[in-house]
Amino acid sequence: MVTFYDKEVASRFLLGTAQYPSPQILSEAAKAGEVDILTVSLRRETAGGQQAGQKFWELIQNLGVHVLPNTAGCHSARDAILTAKMARDLFKTNWIKLEVIGNSDTLQPDPFQLVEAAEELCADGFEVFPYMTDDLVLAERLLEVGCKVLMPWCAPIGSAAGPLNLTALRTLRSYFPDTPLVVDAGLGRPSHATTVMELGYDAVLLNTAVAKAGDPVAMARAFKHGIEAGREGYLAGMLEPRDFATPSTPLIGQAVFS
Amino acid sequence: MNLTVNGEEKAVSAATLADLLPELEFEGDWLATAVNSELIAADEREAFQLSEGDKVEILAPMQGG
Repeated sequence: MVTFYDKEVASRFLLGTAQYPSPQILSEAAKAGEVDILTVSLRRETAGGQQAGQKFWELIQNLGVHVLPNTAGCHSARDAILTAKMARDLFKTNWIKLEVIGNSDTLQPDPFQLVEAAEELCADGFEVFPYMTDDLVLAERLLEVGCKVLMPWCAPIGSAAGPLNLTALRTLRSYFPDTPLVVDAGLGRPSHATTVMELGYDAVLLNTAVAKAGDPVAMARAFKHGIEAGREGYLAGMLEPRDFATPSTPLIGQAVFS
Repeated sequence: MNLTVNGEEKAVSAATLADLLPELEFEGDWLATAVNSELIAADEREAFQLSEGDKVEILAPMQGG
């Protein structure tokens, strides 16, 4: 179990809902991954009966999961705050995945706008999941303004590059042993998820790696196994790498032939 | 009255935000609304009087990562 803002969830696999070949495949992938939290967004609705939002919302509700609305696409604290308020009104949850993009090419979060938005939203009763870079000082500021979960990227969104800076991720883990840490964005393969879970991260959030896989349902299952393997490995206590060999077979009792 | 709804110019007869939604064929309880960059919660739409030139945003759940 992992706890986010006093809410316990069984799964350490948070999944995005965009880019799937069909709603049915999204639904099957969420089930195959045994996901408890799905991220959703808010977009302009189309007038006149072609209301895509309705069907999508029904599908999410039928899955019986926790909904984590996001502020994707916002480039300022002001826009992100308004989007968060609209999401709370619609989804009836204080949870918000706070995204404030600072660079359009890398989709790197804007740390300054992020802290500003997080401070106002936390003061307004939101439970903020900030999508952030892996910067230690930024993490400290976000905790100071009231965030109780941190979600550092490990590589740019949708890049599938996997963890680019393990040292920074390790630093965050060691500085904040009691804060739920979720790697959000940049994971491409199940082994990437295993790697960050082996560092002691509490969960991962991903979307593209599953949605754009050849078989999204099988990939969701693979990520589930990867996440569980990494978590169990972390808890089991792993060996640190050594520079020289250490024989695994006992030397005592070895025959001497010459 | 002329409004901007989701970025498009609209001439409408509705006086309140609650009346605007059905007039423009937005239906259901899965909508979120803002006017002039301020949230208008679902339970405030009935009382919210629209004004000439208001910028209305009507959002719905959508796929996101």
